[in-house]
Amino acid sequence: MDMFVVWYFLESTINGALIGLMYALVALGFVLIYKSTDAINFAQGQFVMISGMMVAALAADYSIPVFIAAIMALVFMVLFNVALERVVLRPMIGRPVVAIIMATIGLAAFLEGVFPMFFGSATRSLDIGVPNDPWIIGQIYLTPINVVGALVAIAFFAGFGWFFMKSRKGVALRAVADNHQVSMAMGINVERYFVLAWSMAGVVAVLGGLLWGSAIGVDNTLAVVGLKVFPVVILGGLESIKGCVVGGIIVGVVEAWGGTYIDPAMTQEWFREFFPFEGGGTKDFLPYLLMIAVLFFRPYGLFGKVQIERV
Amino acid sequence: MFHRESGFYKTSYAADFALYPLPIARWSVIGFAILFFAIVPLLVPSYYLTMLNLVGIAIVGALGLNILLGLTGQISIGHAAFMSVGAYTAANLATRLDLPFYITLPAGGLMAAAVGIIVGFPSVRIKGLYLAISTLAAQFIIDWIIIHTPAISGGASASIQVPRPWLFGIQLDTQVELYMFILCVVTIAIVGALNLARSRIGRAFIAIRDQDIAAEIIGIDVRRYKLMAFAISSFYAGVAGVLYTYYSGVANNEFFPLLISIDYLAMVIIGGMGSVLGAIFGATFVTLLPIVIDLVMSYIGPFFMGDSSGLSGIKSHLRLVVFGGLIMFFLVVEPEGLNRLWLNIRNYFRVWPFSY
Repeated sequence: MDMFVVWYFLESTINGALIGLMYALVALGFVLIYKSTDAINFAQGQFVMISGMMVAALAADYSIPVFIAAIMALVFMVLFNVALERVVLRPMIGRPVVAIIMATIGLAAFLEGVFPMFFGSATRSLDIGVPNDPWIIGQIYLTPINVVGALVAIAFFAGFGWFFMKSRKGVALRAVADNHQVSMAMGINVERYFVLAWSMAGVVAVLGGLLWGSAIGVDNTLAVVGLKVFPVVILGGLESIKGCVVGGIIVGVVEAWGGTYIDPAMTQEWFREFFPFEGGGTKDFLPYLLMIAVLFFRPYGLFGKVQIERV
Repeated sequence: MFHRESGFYKTSYAADFALYPLPIARWSVIGFAILFFAIVPLLVPSYYLTMLNLVGIAIVGALGLNILLGLTGQISIGHAAFMSVGAYTAANLATRLDLPFYITLPAGGLMAAAVGIIVGFPSVRIKGLYLAISTLAAQFIIDWIIIHTPAISGGASASIQVPRPWLFGIQLDTQVELYMFILCVVTIAIVGALNLARSRIGRAFIAIRDQDIAAEIIGIDVRRYKLMAFAISSFYAGVAGVLYTYYSGVANNEFFPLLISIDYLAMVIIGGMGSVLGAIFGATFVTLLPIVIDLVMSYIGPFFMGDSSGLSGIKSHLRLVVFGGLIMFFLVVEPEGLNRLWLNIRNYFRVWPFSY
């Protein structure tokens, strides 16, 4: 086989996997909340967007150093998420899943309106000190921000993995996730752990905002990253942090292959004779197609908990 | 609809399920019919008729989603995609085969229903979050297929000009004529939804919503009824899409993005899940909200900021803020929506002016 083909394939796959790890980081916020509070957060992408927007606006308009702006955003997001849990999500405990999904969809719309209203809807760039020129290994071109993002994601996954498996608080959180009433009976303050889960999700969102913001720029479209969360978590399984990583890498790689192989193939004459499609853009929905296929065979994802229902 | 006896005197199921629980209900329905069919088209200026037309289209779509979400308890975040399926079906039939609206309208609905069954198929195995996300996937996939298939979308810009509907040699192109056209469809849709809810099918839907495993045990074919709910709901969506196409004169999938799906979910929730009257309230409220915000902002906006360019940016964001805020507010504070508020008012006047 031609060496060029191999390099091309490797470049596409590795870059896809790196981006996939960045998706997984956003998805981690979703999983953290779902694992411990059973709440489904459709606004995770908006969390990423508002934290990125806040950092970019503080850095650009008030010339605050990015590091300090990030800390300010961190404090804000944690406080915001705690307040959100108290005001919106806590009264909804025990209500149907559909109601919680709708409430967070409403939240997503709310956030998408309220932040651009204050900070303006112009696109800002966010510079966290990562170089723009690609790193070249062999014949593979790597985007530095993706590499940094993937490394940060891996570090966080390792950290959270340790936290959930070994630390006392992490074990308590897993107990809360399993069954609220039993953990209350065992003396765990469930409400305090809800607050902990939401503030951790806030931290992850700020991180996602910084990385994704510097990768693709900061404006309203940053929230679109959140739409990739769903294939990631469904593929991996909703309760699983390990599944989050695997799902993220799968989604990233599939997207990259769609961009490098399927899109160009679709413009070829022989393909269009059979399937009269125009243009590409497969990378936006291929992860979803894959997700639906997985749903049919493994409804609880690759690493998800199989649930048995009782009447 | 407006007057009730001073207590509950129903002694049979037939009385409980009656469309007109009291003679006065019949009179109030006749009154509304006269108001909307005769007085409104004669007296209301055409600018306000355009709003009523949009409300009418939204009512049809919201009634459909209400059957799925409110009655059957299955969430769908892809309602707008079904609307665009209906819109493009009707547009292709109307432009290529010159078919009249009384064929394209049901055809658009049926096509949407067929797609709805396919999209609803995962609902047989999964529910809740998983179902929500697979319908979200359907929104993207249907969108992509429509845009990228020239045979459906008619070229790169994905929009098809559609002539206004013809009836008895008259082209319905003024707002009044379109109003009458849409109103007739809306009436049929409302009557259909009301009767569906009190039929065997509607009761099966409600049983599935309340406890699907128990429903299966008492002999309801859950799989069949779930798919039926998707089909009926998508049929309504398809019809709403066709109406919108005829109303705007063009079929374009930019009219039906994800945001519109969320609009329809909001209509059902703000109006009150599971009630036909609620869907009507919700559709009216959500459709008129941006217009009211526009109006209010153009009066009070200049006091806060000088230039109008900033104002138009604020307006679109403000709409999202009010919208999302209201969805959360109703879900947390009043899960039964505007319909519950209306029932509270009605119950207050039930024995008014005597408190017992």
